[in-house]
Amino acid sequence: MKAAAFDFCRAESLEQVLEELSSAAGEARIIAGGQSLVAMMAMRLARPEKLIDINHVGALAGIDDGDGMVTIKACTRQATALQSAIITREVPMLAAALPYVGHIQTRNRGTIGGSIAHGDPTAEILLAATALGARVTLASIGGVRSLAVADFALGAMETAAREDECLTEVVFPKPPRELALSAAVDEISPRAGDYAVIGAAAEIGLDAEGRCRHARLASSGAAPVPVLASPVAQALAGSRLEDTEIDEAVRLLDPLLDPESDVQASAAYRRRVAPGMLARVIKRARDQARNPTT
Amino acid sequence: MKQKITLTLNGARRSAEVEPRLSLVDFLRDQLGLTGTHIGCEHGVCGACSVLFDDDPIRACLMFAVQADGHAITTVEGLREEDGSLGILQDSFWETHALQCGYCTPGMLIAGQALLARNPDPSDEEIREAIAGNLCRCTGYVQIVDAIRLAGARMRQMPPATDREAGDD
Amino acid sequence: MTEQSVRRFVSAKRRPKEDGRFITGAGHFVADVTRPGMLHVALVTSPHPAARIVSIDTEAALGMPGVAEVLTGDVLAANANPLANAVDTPGVKCYPLADGVARYAGEWVAAVVAESRAEAEDAAERVEVEYDPLPHVINAEEALDPGSPPVHAGHGSNVLYRRTFTWGPVADDFAGQPHELSFKLRWGRSAPVPVETFGVLAEWNAGTEILDVWASIQMPSYAEQIAAALRIPVNQVRAHYDVDVGGSYGVKRGIKHTVLAGFLARRLGRPVRLIEDRLENMVGGDMHGPDRHFNVAVAFDDDGLIKSMKLRVIEDVGGQTGRAAFQLGKPVSAIVGAYRINSVEYDAIAVSTNKTGQAAVRGFGMSPTNVAIETAVDKVARHLGLSRLGVRRRNFIRADQFPYLIPSGSEYDSGDYHTVLRKAVDLAGLDALLKRRDTARRDGKIAGIGIATCLEPGGGNSAFEPLLNPKNETTTWPESCVVKVDRSGGITATIATSTSGQGHETLAATIIGEELGIDPDTIRVMHSDTLSGLPGNTPVASRMAIMLGGAAAGAARKIRDQAILIGAHNLKRTPEQVRYANGAVTALDDPAQSISLARIALIAHREFHNMPPDLTEPGMQAVHVLQVPKGGTLPTADGRVQMYPCYSFAAHIVYAEIDRLTGKVTLPDYCIAHDCGTVINPDIVRGMVIGGAAHGIGAALYEEFTYEPGGQLLSGTFVDYVMPSAHEVPDIKLTEHCTPSPLTSHGQKGVGEGGYLGAPAAVASAINDALSPYKIECLTLPMRASLLSDLLADQQAETES
Repeated sequence: MKAAAFDFCRAESLEQVLEELSSAAGEARIIAGGQSLVAMMAMRLARPEKLIDINHVGALAGIDDGDGMVTIKACTRQATALQSAIITREVPMLAAALPYVGHIQTRNRGTIGGSIAHGDPTAEILLAATALGARVTLASIGGVRSLAVADFALGAMETAAREDECLTEVVFPKPPRELALSAAVDEISPRAGDYAVIGAAAEIGLDAEGRCRHARLASSGAAPVPVLASPVAQALAGSRLEDTEIDEAVRLLDPLLDPESDVQASAAYRRRVAPGMLARVIKRARDQARNPTT
Repeated sequence: MKQKITLTLNGARRSAEVEPRLSLVDFLRDQLGLTGTHIGCEHGVCGACSVLFDDDPIRACLMFAVQADGHAITTVEGLREEDGSLGILQDSFWETHALQCGYCTPGMLIAGQALLARNPDPSDEEIREAIAGNLCRCTGYVQIVDAIRLAGARMRQMPPATDREAGDD
Repeated sequence: MTEQSVRRFVSAKRRPKEDGRFITGAGHFVADVTRPGMLHVALVTSPHPAARIVSIDTEAALGMPGVAEVLTGDVLAANANPLANAVDTPGVKCYPLADGVARYAGEWVAAVVAESRAEAEDAAERVEVEYDPLPHVINAEEALDPGSPPVHAGHGSNVLYRRTFTWGPVADDFAGQPHELSFKLRWGRSAPVPVETFGVLAEWNAGTEILDVWASIQMPSYAEQIAAALRIPVNQVRAHYDVDVGGSYGVKRGIKHTVLAGFLARRLGRPVRLIEDRLENMVGGDMHGPDRHFNVAVAFDDDGLIKSMKLRVIEDVGGQTGRAAFQLGKPVSAIVGAYRINSVEYDAIAVSTNKTGQAAVRGFGMSPTNVAIETAVDKVARHLGLSRLGVRRRNFIRADQFPYLIPSGSEYDSGDYHTVLRKAVDLAGLDALLKRRDTARRDGKIAGIGIATCLEPGGGNSAFEPLLNPKNETTTWPESCVVKVDRSGGITATIATSTSGQGHETLAATIIGEELGIDPDTIRVMHSDTLSGLPGNTPVASRMAIMLGGAAAGAARKIRDQAILIGAHNLKRTPEQVRYANGAVTALDDPAQSISLARIALIAHREFHNMPPDLTEPGMQAVHVLQVPKGGTLPTADGRVQMYPCYSFAAHIVYAEIDRLTGKVTLPDYCIAHDCGTVINPDIVRGMVIGGAAHGIGAALYEEFTYEPGGQLLSGTFVDYVMPSAHEVPDIKLTEHCTPSPLTSHGQKGVGEGGYLGAPAAVASAINDALSPYKIECLTLPMRASLLSDLLADQQAETES
């Protein structure tokens, strides 16, 4: 399991990254944390002719606490984000998702942007980004464009990024401040730290009367990409989020699912568990929002 | 084409020429002869190749050596005290017999060392989380958890760093 | 005279000798061994489960940088003998590289040798193989059908072995009982999967005409099998046992790897290294484990006393033969478990399929069979509405019945199963645990308690070999130890095996230290190679405490006897007038008259004039080759034989909860009481038991080499083959009991396998207890979350309709 030979370029600036991508005509890959890419290269499932290392591009690391949004530069480590007070405060769902991402060793190298760019349909960061309606910024020498994550993630390991584009940042909207807010993420995986078989994420905002005024919901593992559970959120809008209401509402997830079978679970299992997992995180977020001390 | 890299390895500066495709773990083992770091899966699951990279534990099979240029690496060979005696965690692994075949042990030590550096009094659950990315097929982990818990207790009984000999850092 | 004093070192908490090198990164594993000019091997593998190899074009690969050789199966087969088969199947011919026919997806077809592993992989991609796919068979029950595609055409059938043993009056016992029940059970294909893959480095020295082999090996008759395949004398193969083995648990056999590397080293005149990468290891390393289909029937009375049992086992050995079929043999040594079952019918079937080959796995086939036996006991209790504990106690062999002869011919040496079970119940706090389960159930949780026991036969004589292959007349599996005392009194022992985590150096040093009254920390323990060493059979079969321990004790006692003769002579006493204790010989009538072992050693080495006249051999060294206790006899015509001398025992009690939504299993409480006789080193024993149980939890809940119907392995990486991490293995609690074996040097028995033998049965018991309120059961291992969830969902759908 040795990678095929490649050329290596340690980029010092975003401009250099974009020029290298442009001149490589699709034969180069960006390496950020490399926690998926290097394994695929070792198995020779990926064999770029050139690797462009963005780990030393200062402009691609950092977390900006902006107006109504938090911008996470692509090469920000997952471990850094996990320890970030900004993320904890302003993007609580991502903070809840990050402990499920791999292990300490992989979070120390793995990046927020790299995980999304990889497009793994069961990755927790992509799940949270989908639920929250995050946007990604893609840069090339031709210019910069912004895409909703839902438009970026097209299928399993398939994204809308062009070969000459570099994902430079992920922009997460902040939740409404006036509500009692909480987020929860859960998943079933073969083993703690593994890719999820089924995952779910919920961010719930309750008004003073305990009614749901904000719900960001998504499910992973039962479709080629994480599914934004908008029908479920709409059904719960204004409700008091009683268990029966939640259990009823999550049934609206089913038509959005398109699961496949694999060695860990059948398609039927995924279809059955996905709504229940979504209900579980909604209830957990609701309970925390009702009683923030627990 | 080979590239020149310079890194700090177990506290000493080292320079080398590496092929870009050479993984960090292969570099440590084959080019530098530091065979304490082991290869288990080469796809980032087992943790046998764990090393400290700028004091953070990482998987050395998921990095290329060329990426280590300018960074500091600590391997199991660097865990002894400066006087050459066993590190507290190493000695605790011996005390509780936190190993059998010894193959995952260097990675476990790295994981445990990193945990105790940032959390000197971890709960058992925190210890298990810290080593959850390191597979061991011999021990069932219980004596490894014992060892890290013991090492934490021993470290907490040590005088603060300022009272120790200069140069500890 | 000698005295048995209180033990100083045996059973004491002492730091294992081996650990020091492993905690400092100074282990000496096969991938750490390098030789000048060493070449590296990468493998070209078959993508088809069954295919005729039409042609192999190596030209492009040979032109790649650094490539020294591309070897194909036809060349190898023309110059080497087939690998050994366990059972008598002369029509089955297997070679390290497929010879004309590939028999599973992942089988090695060609070997590329290059200056670096990376270059070998580069070139392996350029080897062009043309295949003609053939029909294949993946399901073992289908492979039994005479019309199924033959995996080994030369054998004529996919049934490699079948014999129905009948021990005792099975028909009468079934007819005479008021109750019987039967069930099917599936043990999925799993394996120990050590964190270190198999690796070998071979070097041929044309001057000395010796093939040096460094390998990650745990294989009896290793050098003999290599030599036979390479058509060279055994005394031209020198396997080095000073290589640390990064975990084995039975599977590090590596015969085909070593034959290939050895062949290439001779052919190329350069050292050749073959270190499997993880992908090669998982799919083509021939290290998968038992893959079984059971049919079980038991006959019993109103009190749950089981009179008779019928067991049919189909073992799916895959596309290579090796020793796999023998794993049907070891369960014969404890075929009734801990119970007084009067008669047994055992229909043992080994079939070939187009899957990767099997190697031995911890317990050598016992763990799956124990799940079958323990599940039967649970079912008897449930059928009669009796407690699972009560039925076990009623059926247990009683402490006053040892030695106890079981129907299949083995005599259990000692034990006290009732007491060990009671200790497990006490440790688990079973009454409180039952309340916790019932409270959890009232809260809507799916909760259960598992109870299982297991026998751990240890120290065997390999009697399953003649039992399953009458052409094989093996009746001994000796182990050796050499003890030398140098002229300064320093002690060095040499053992004839490599070690893979069991602590053999600690074992030998502790026992020698005990016998000679010398601090074991000062005793050096060396690993021989196969040319310099004495007979040994590697740490299989929970045998080293018994066999190496006995050999070390035997050699140390010879040293002690020699010291007494020399000491008495120099103290001007007769041997009867002195005693040996704490490293010195002392006059009984005058304790001030004493002579140390160091002084005695100097006399033995240098002062022949001070030697007793009847000692004609200078120096101080002793050899002991231990015959297996109670070994030495062939099986009877009806298949009864004493297989193992010593029988350890354990009882596991585990509390499990199943998440209703996801099927995820948690094991919040896990307790084991075990009895392995005298404990040599408590920390090593603890690790063996807990580690074995962790391995068993993996087999019960997570691990499987899954094949899709098209014959492709779906779990060929560590992502898909799920081994438990620190989150999945609970904080297992232990307690001990000791019924010493009357057959061993210090009363010790084996302990390396018991945890693995008990855990799958215990976890399965807990799952089925948890499922029992829903009137469903799970008899398929591994009991994955998705499987349990699917069962619960089906049951719910049925209830609702």
